[in-house]
Amino acid sequence: MAEVTLAGIAKNFGSDVALDDVTMTIPDGSFVVLLGPTGAGKTTTLRMVSGLDKPDRGQICIDGRDMAGLTPAQRNVAMVFQQYSLYPHITVRQNLEFPLKSPILKTPKDVIDQKVGEIAEILQISHKLDNKATELSGGEMQRVSIGRALVRRPSVYLMDEPLSSLDAKLRADLRVELKSIQADSGATLLYVTHDQIEAMTMATHVGVLDKGRLVQFGSPREIYEDPVSIYAASRLGLPRINVLPADVFVGAPEGANQIGLRPEQIMQGEGEDSFVQRVEHLGDQTRLHLNFKSHDIITVTDAHTELRTGDIVKIRPNKPFYFGADGARVA
Amino acid sequence: MSFSITEPKKGTKWFAGVLVVGYALITIAPLLWIIATGFKSPTDSISYPPKVIFDPSLEGYVNLFTDRTRATDDMLEAKGEPQTWYEQIARDQGTIISGPSRYGERFLNSIIIGFGSTALCMVLGTAAAYAFSRFRVPLKDDLLFFILSTRMMPPIAVAIPIFLMFRNLGLNDTHLGMILLYTAVNLSLSVWLLKGFIDEIPVEYEEAALIDGYTRFQAFYKVVLPQAATGIASTAIFCLIFAWNEYAFAVLLTSGTAQTAPPFIPTIIGVGGKDWPAVAAGATIFLVPVMVFTILLRKHLLRGITFGAVRK
Repeated sequence: MAEVTLAGIAKNFGSDVALDDVTMTIPDGSFVVLLGPTGAGKTTTLRMVSGLDKPDRGQICIDGRDMAGLTPAQRNVAMVFQQYSLYPHITVRQNLEFPLKSPILKTPKDVIDQKVGEIAEILQISHKLDNKATELSGGEMQRVSIGRALVRRPSVYLMDEPLSSLDAKLRADLRVELKSIQADSGATLLYVTHDQIEAMTMATHVGVLDKGRLVQFGSPREIYEDPVSIYAASRLGLPRINVLPADVFVGAPEGANQIGLRPEQIMQGEGEDSFVQRVEHLGDQTRLHLNFKSHDIITVTDAHTELRTGDIVKIRPNKPFYFGADGARVA
Repeated sequence: MSFSITEPKKGTKWFAGVLVVGYALITIAPLLWIIATGFKSPTDSISYPPKVIFDPSLEGYVNLFTDRTRATDDMLEAKGEPQTWYEQIARDQGTIISGPSRYGERFLNSIIIGFGSTALCMVLGTAAAYAFSRFRVPLKDDLLFFILSTRMMPPIAVAIPIFLMFRNLGLNDTHLGMILLYTAVNLSLSVWLLKGFIDEIPVEYEEAALIDGYTRFQAFYKVVLPQAATGIASTAIFCLIFAWNEYAFAVLLTSGTAQTAPPFIPTIIGVGGKDWPAVAAGATIFLVPVMVFTILLRKHLLRGITFGAVRK
């Protein structure tokens, strides 16, 4: 396993800017999650590290070695593709063996069998090993594609939304499994997702990408509790952070244009009146849709709340975030 | 990825069945006629109305494979009893077999040239198609159009320059010359067809193989080729059929050593009257290799393109 560093990576596809001066260090043994909407440059970043695409500018180092001009095979990276990319003409077992049989590894037969067996067990696909790769369900394909990466010991694992097409239960299982594999083996992992629960539960570091720029890099807690902008703050937290004009509450600091309120930053029972529009009981918590001075706010309240539509709740901000006109954090 | 097939109505199925059977009959009838004619006697072969039931005879095949001389009764008697069944057949026509005909050689030439050019065409075509499909080739569209444009006029339109070129290069009437010529003519077709097939194979497979520790060539060999098998098989059949049936260049550029079967078969007619059974026998045997080749590759043709394990 190895440390991966990106320095000033830039990439354009025609006139589209895919990555703009991205610099980050992925520490050895860390689990780095890249967050951002479609088109933010997450997948492009993975492809740069993998060597499938070459950056226009900048330098990528793995374990201190400059990767410029090296092929994916020479970089010794494993990647899980968003589109699975299982080889359709061979069986699941042969798919899992494929990287181990490469001319670079040339793994002995007994080691191959043992590793494939182990991984199939973890991913719950042992019973499908002799099926053709095309005869699997979407979730099974995705697990095989994760398995094809995990059979190896590369310097870094790259995963592009590997859990996106699994059902909720399997996703939760594999989340735990992936995290424990990574923690046990000390693997370095660069992981792309839309799913903030994956980011919060698995990541040691989160990188927030916005239109090809890395806007914030830090632990999930840092990004949650100390976001640099509205954009970064919106990436994490459910329900999402509420953003209102700063002047709806008193006490906005100089230069503040908007106020950001996560549910726990809204103190209930004090302050000014808001109207309950909708109450959603989710079991372990209850979501309140409030209307405050004709602005919508979504917050969380006690699971057994007696509140109903039409009730009035007093609210006030509690250590909120303030953002400037450009969306950057000012306080 | 999932798709459903609606079961057609019973009437529709019947209609489709009748259509297919009818088409098959129309297509196969001339073929059966040729095969039958090969086993007729020369008289039966030109009788009117045509005979559907006839006494089968191997005369056509014997005449196809042998050269014969007409002999007087005295000469026949002097020869003594015929030693073999085919000598007997020749003797019944009042002829003596003077040696084997050149059909065997011509047939072998056809095999060498047809399969040789098909193989060469596949190797070059697959490589070119892969490059056009995957790499950023400068002037790609222009090059592809140029390649296609070589097919826009009938090949025979360039016969005279090719004839002169071949004469200067010493390729006239050689196997190599014909293989190169047919490869050149077929290559445009094979590049275009194969590019279509390779375009259909998602590039992600190769990327996965590159990541899995393989070089680009190994990825091509291990991942792309097996999936392109369908396309390669069908393209190979097209190329073989063209090279196999080609007549005009063969007449023009070959005479002795490298002559293929198509220009040879009509010459049979001239030997001792209109010998239609021999011509039909020649045509029948001539059909066999392409038929066998097609049947051998049938599996790949029918399998169609594999819908891969790539999420779209």
